[in-house]
Amino acid sequence: MLGSIAAPSFLGEQAYAANDKAIAISFALNHFQISEGDLKKVLAAALEKGGNYADLFFEHTFQNSVSLQDGAVNRAASNIDFGMGVRVLSGDQTGYAYVENIALDEMLKAARTAARIANSSATKLTVKLTEKPVIKNYYTVLTPWDAVPIQEKTPYLQKLNDKIFALDSRVIKVNAGLGDTTSHIFFCNSEGVTYYDYRPMVTLSAVCIMQENSKIENSHAARAFRMGAEFLTDDIIDTIAREAVTKTSILFKAVKPKGGEMPVVMGAGGSGILLHEAIGHAFEADFNRKNISIFSDQLNKKVCNEHINVVDDGTIPFNRGSVNIDDEGVDGQKTYIVREGILTSYLHDRISSKHYGIPSTGNGRRESFRMMPIPRMRATYMEAGNVSEADMIAEVKNGIYAETFTNGQVQIGAGDFTFFVKNGYLIENGKLTQPIKDVNIIGNGPKALADITLVGNNYAMDNGTWTCGKDGQSCPVTCGMPSALVSKLTVGGES
Amino acid sequence: MIKKEQKALAQWAMEFALKNGCQASRIILYSGSSSTFEVRDMKIDRLTQASESSLQVQLFVDGRYGSFSTNRLDKAELEKFVLSGIASTRYLAEDKARALPDPSLYYKGGGTDLKLVDPRFDSINPDDKLKLAMNVCSEIMGKDPRIISANSGFGDEQIDRYIIVSNGFEGENTSSSFSLEGSVSIKGDGEARPESFWYDASLFYDSLIKEGIGTKALERTLRKLGQKKTSSGKYTMVVDNMNSARLLSPVLASLTGSAIQQKNSFMLDKLGQKVVGDKVTLIDEPHLLSSPGARYFDSEGIATKRMPIFENGVLQTYFIDTYYANKLGVKSTISSPSILTLQQGNKDVDGLVASVAKGILVTGFNGGNCNSSTGDFSYGVEGFLIENGKLTQPISEMNATGNMLTLWSHLAEVGNDPRKSSSYKIPSLLFEGVDFSGL
Repeated sequence: MLGSIAAPSFLGEQAYAANDKAIAISFALNHFQISEGDLKKVLAAALEKGGNYADLFFEHTFQNSVSLQDGAVNRAASNIDFGMGVRVLSGDQTGYAYVENIALDEMLKAARTAARIANSSATKLTVKLTEKPVIKNYYTVLTPWDAVPIQEKTPYLQKLNDKIFALDSRVIKVNAGLGDTTSHIFFCNSEGVTYYDYRPMVTLSAVCIMQENSKIENSHAARAFRMGAEFLTDDIIDTIAREAVTKTSILFKAVKPKGGEMPVVMGAGGSGILLHEAIGHAFEADFNRKNISIFSDQLNKKVCNEHINVVDDGTIPFNRGSVNIDDEGVDGQKTYIVREGILTSYLHDRISSKHYGIPSTGNGRRESFRMMPIPRMRATYMEAGNVSEADMIAEVKNGIYAETFTNGQVQIGAGDFTFFVKNGYLIENGKLTQPIKDVNIIGNGPKALADITLVGNNYAMDNGTWTCGKDGQSCPVTCGMPSALVSKLTVGGES
Repeated sequence: MIKKEQKALAQWAMEFALKNGCQASRIILYSGSSSTFEVRDMKIDRLTQASESSLQVQLFVDGRYGSFSTNRLDKAELEKFVLSGIASTRYLAEDKARALPDPSLYYKGGGTDLKLVDPRFDSINPDDKLKLAMNVCSEIMGKDPRIISANSGFGDEQIDRYIIVSNGFEGENTSSSFSLEGSVSIKGDGEARPESFWYDASLFYDSLIKEGIGTKALERTLRKLGQKKTSSGKYTMVVDNMNSARLLSPVLASLTGSAIQQKNSFMLDKLGQKVVGDKVTLIDEPHLLSSPGARYFDSEGIATKRMPIFENGVLQTYFIDTYYANKLGVKSTISSPSILTLQQGNKDVDGLVASVAKGILVTGFNGGNCNSSTGDFSYGVEGFLIENGKLTQPISEMNATGNMLTLWSHLAEVGNDPRKSSSYKIPSLLFEGVDFSGL
């Protein structure tokens, strides 16, 4: 069965009915051509130097993409990635190795490499491997991607191209891409936890390039979900096309603002990047267990306005950041990191939860079998408040309104974070006036959080192709937010 | 090094593709191994070890093109994989620009050894690697009461790449690399915990700098204490040699065939024009011995050569591969630069700073982006205020904003201190009249 792209027959909700649980594991064992006996042998080898925990992470991932340029769907790419990572923990120390060939002798060699993190007599493995069922499937697939031939995908890109050109005569180029990924994940650990998870992902994006007289501008629109091919509809094509054209055409009217400190109204949706950068990373518990985050001493303390609740959530159906089970065998869950203005929880993986003596929040994630799990965000958002966006803008005499974003970054210890505003508006005397573009905004996490004075009633999730980088690992995430007023941030601009 | 059986597999994959409906093909086989040893507070934190290989199959089928890669290298699976790729490619639109390069452009061999591989790579004792990381950590631990956490790491990697192309190219690249780094977090003002790092990297174990990495990391962290914003305004900007290449990256991206053909470049229609300052003389020097990035051929197999990119501010070339050359109706140049050298001045970063009356020394970028169509940029920065040639105040939480063409037109001085460990050998730089936003 190796190398096959056939999907298991239990992809729907029914897959997780009690009678089918055993089928999931037997499918996984068959798919990876491994036996329970071999798994135990590898786990035993991983612990032969005295490690106190080991896990094995098997992955088989299929990625496909088709792209359109110059009006034609004229390129395709696929990638198959297959392998197993073995992790050994000795306290909070980690040994890690991986193999692409999962023959028993190769796996044993990797296990013995990872085992070297410990240095004592062997830990005896006595557990029975028991399946941990996926309790709730947050990404049920109706039409798996491996059942969709390329000729059924290409017309959607052509439609997207044609729609964008039809919307505005200034469009000169469109680049569009459709990517789908299907991952089979099988996990077992020395505590006997075993699970199988089927992880779909789709991204659809369009870059729009427009010319007005001698000026050229570009912008893009994208959507990403953990969904099967049912994602592809005429509605999603229409939405992305309109968004790409709107975001590009506004740039011809936009200017760079005068820079400096000023109030910033964050528009609903993509403004969640502020949470991701300003506090999300600094709440990841590996930084706090090492005492190097600016929030390391702030647990259970008031960090912002009592109307603010911030959540990191792995349970939103079909969300790009959702996880049925994290990469350490912990159920996907919804975690309040700020409740009524108080920092209530860090984001934990196995190592940090043991350090703090609390259950993991299910944030142990990894890019692939090549990487060890570390605390990562999922879908990070602020819950809605009770102020209308118009009232919020009316509060600002001179400031900016930040509407769309491309990227951000943070320094965990110093707390300085940034996000790049692709477009927005000046706010003058309580009204949106001149469009602005291409400015970086910089602030300090705790200060910015404390400076959020108003929270809007218009919560929105941004389902773009957000990808978070940390320790050399990329991870799919999302962010969301209602509109919010930050009383002071430093806006890049002309002097 | 690529093994004989790996080459045979790549050759077999090509023959199989050509026998099954593919008119032309390029096969690339990657192989690599790596290890890391990370230490935190004089205790081993993480050990990792890995080796891997994969095969990329680029198929030209009936005037159409697809690219497929896998790390499943069993022949029976590869047969299905290649057949599936050929079938998928047939459903794409015909693309007449897709073609292999003119074989006369391929590297024909005969170059001297570029000296990119350390013959000792496989024989270095893991205990010695760990000891190096421990030494870096020991240079930090206990040296200042404000230290919260001391981290260090040793990493090594060997990467092999083998390319064969159906119209007559075969080539192989191998390079090794070693790195040693230290990073420190210290207690700062309030809840802040400033952090910084230092590292060295080398293709050869013996030439890797092994002493002073931790000490330098600690110095770089301690000098951040007391960071604050300063007034918004126009300043002379000095960018140190750790960060200067960041400002070159959007310029290089704007010179690719893809950006030009898609009209998504602020360098569109600028070939042969003076677009940046006189001080910008940037050369691609692909054959420097023992330098990261050195190579005799690019990703298509086309022979590399010394190539001016800017001469005294005049744009000399774009980076045009075969596909975009065909689309644009021009001759191909090279798909991407190999080793970039900027004509140097005669001062190091301290000398540049000493010449500035009022300015900002940038020692780190924090986020930001650049508009690929217009060249407008805005980046978060940290560093130091320069007053009368002296660093007087560490600064942070500020933005530098402008336009790439204007910025590089205002390049007033180039330093003499590029880092050897990078393929972008860009020294410290001094720009006049840059907008900074702060207070």
